[in-house]
Amino acid sequence: MQLTGAEIIWESLLREGVDVLFGYPGGAILPTYDALSKYPQIHHVLVRHEQNAAHMADGYARASGKVGVCMVTSGPGATNLTTGLATAMMDSSGIVAITGQVPTKAIGSDAFQETDVTGVTLPVTKHNYLVSRVEDLAQTIHEAFHIARTGRPGPVLIDVPRDLQNARTEFVYPTTPVRLPGYRPKPSGSPEQIRRAAALINAAKQPVVLAGHGITISGAQDELLEFVEKTGIPVSTTLLGISSIAESHPLCLGMMGMHGEAYTNLAIQDSDLVFAIGMRFDDRVTGNLAKYLPHADVIHVDIDAAEIGKNVPTDIGIVGDAKAVLQQILPLVEPGERSDWLNKINEWRNEVRARDIIHQEFPDDILLAPHVMHELWRVTGGAVLVTTDVGQHQMWEAQYFRHDRRNQLITSGGLGTMGFALPACMGAKFAQPNEEIWCVVGDGGIQMSIPELATLVQENLDVKIAIINNGFLGMVRQWQELMYDRRYIATPLLQPDFVKLAEAYGIMGMRVTRQTELAPAITRARAHRGPVLIDFRVEEDTNVFPMVGPGRALHDMIRRPLHLVATEAAQ
Amino acid sequence: MKHTLVALVENKPGVLNRVASLFRRRNFNIVSLAVGETETPEVSRMTIVVDASRTNAALVEQNLLKLVNVIAVQDVTDEPVVARDLALIKVKANRETRSEIMQFVDIYRAKIVDVSAESLIVEVTGPEAKLQTLLDLLRPFGILEMVRTGRVALVRGSGAYAGNGHRRNGNGEEARTPVPGADGREGV
Repeated sequence: MQLTGAEIIWESLLREGVDVLFGYPGGAILPTYDALSKYPQIHHVLVRHEQNAAHMADGYARASGKVGVCMVTSGPGATNLTTGLATAMMDSSGIVAITGQVPTKAIGSDAFQETDVTGVTLPVTKHNYLVSRVEDLAQTIHEAFHIARTGRPGPVLIDVPRDLQNARTEFVYPTTPVRLPGYRPKPSGSPEQIRRAAALINAAKQPVVLAGHGITISGAQDELLEFVEKTGIPVSTTLLGISSIAESHPLCLGMMGMHGEAYTNLAIQDSDLVFAIGMRFDDRVTGNLAKYLPHADVIHVDIDAAEIGKNVPTDIGIVGDAKAVLQQILPLVEPGERSDWLNKINEWRNEVRARDIIHQEFPDDILLAPHVMHELWRVTGGAVLVTTDVGQHQMWEAQYFRHDRRNQLITSGGLGTMGFALPACMGAKFAQPNEEIWCVVGDGGIQMSIPELATLVQENLDVKIAIINNGFLGMVRQWQELMYDRRYIATPLLQPDFVKLAEAYGIMGMRVTRQTELAPAITRARAHRGPVLIDFRVEEDTNVFPMVGPGRALHDMIRRPLHLVATEAAQ
Repeated sequence: MKHTLVALVENKPGVLNRVASLFRRRNFNIVSLAVGETETPEVSRMTIVVDASRTNAALVEQNLLKLVNVIAVQDVTDEPVVARDLALIKVKANRETRSEIMQFVDIYRAKIVDVSAESLIVEVTGPEAKLQTLLDLLRPFGILEMVRTGRVALVRGSGAYAGNGHRRNGNGEEARTPVPGADGREGV
């Protein structure tokens, strides 16, 4: 069958199971867009800015476990993608980006809307291609999907010159599995290393499991739970590891790191063995590396061999898929008697609970972000998928929304991208149309992707947006308060009237300023069929605690003050 | 301690850029990098020298393997290797000094490849240390210009690269160099 390059792109996407993609047309990709009219089974979502096309593909990928796809034109279209690609790269999210390029003959001539896209995106993609022959197009797309979804997933970009989109060739889609000489993800761990790891685990007196995003990506939640319950070893998660194990589970210690609960970080620092799976010892997780894990041996499981020993010296490194390695190690580990260890952790935990904002009384008009998160969790019964941006609201969500379901939180962890939450929640909605999805976002971050409200309406997506509005770029303000002598430079933020803005887009808008308004507003938003935006006006100058200051040891935290918030608020 | 890594890479446009870009963005400190064709036209061979006091050679190896176009990487530091550098050295030479320089060149089994009234070009190949000592001997005469290739290396014996990340011995057995803390060298 003779097809044009443009038709080959769509035929190939169909064969990879693509039924929705996110994009923005332009000159160099127009032949491909033109051919889309012949493929009504593929739904194209027109975004308002290319960065959000990548975020939507990312949100789609994380919510579905499938590869998300975005398509943009050359030059500015492609350079606008880069932040979205970098976000997906840092958080190991499998997406394929197709970019138009100027015609082959014009490459290198600084033609209109020409950019060296494979050069620009090299460090922020798992792999990229500049296609040079239309005959290679189908094979390239086949490879790109394989690379994006396997091993440690990541973004793959395919740059297609315009003349190739018009050129014709015989179309045969490869049906054989992709075989690349330099790409062979390692499925399972070395049995010898696993035997050694099991022996260390069985002998440990104060062990902890550190679970990362790899658990969710490899679908190892059952195995993690079985491991934890069989051995009785408590587990802490990274930010992206959240909801790889139910947070109500008695052995779940919740999120670790810079804003992890004190008992979690203390347990990690006091441990004699760390069994880390599918996480990469990011600096937000370890604090000062020289003072990290003073007593612990480290077993590190990751599918990416380059992560092992990168930040933390490893006693036993196991390269392999999290699910496979857990299955291998499960028969070798034994139930342990570690009640002293668990009692110690529980003492810390009880002390932390006493300080919790949720257990303190505040006047009704003192609305704190933790109140919003807690009520969102309570009113919905936690039966929702949440997307967050980066900053204070992201940490409060992680701390005060109890994630008991799997793959329940989609957030920009590694790159910390403002503007991620809204497009990611839209991508997630396409992947999980029957899920209730809440975009939790700051008043700064929402303004970075606010044009997508139009896309939301155009696509008639039923998602709920919760703006945690404190009138500041809150996390930066917090750092300025704690480390820059309260010089609030460039952090006070003027916002539009978000309720009127929502209404201008044809979205139902609400404002909440009191604690007693929380539950009714959330209930009303849930009952409304269609998008809703709620402007939660929370206290301006509250901080996320506990906090491990930059350069501090993980156990050296600024603790959550016992009554400070109430006192400050009363002044 | 200098580590020598040998990488087999796909002979495709942009692969050298991918490797160089990796070193830059990971802040890897590379002493030298030599690239050339191999016995197989689709495969190029890179010899990379890493200063291990500043850069963890195992991490360089694992990160190289993550590149889709990199087929195999081996740290040959502890293997019996033939390692060679080539240098062309243009040194000041006149009637009085010429014969003394030629004596040094002889001792080092180097070659004079160009002569002019005021200078000589010396071509020398060998391990880095040999090049360095000859250079030190020639320096007092006045070095006008110099160029060096990076190190290239081959493991001794009849074995050859299996191309699957391991070196294959002559008898078909796979020899592996252990990476500290890691059990496998397959990249993703």
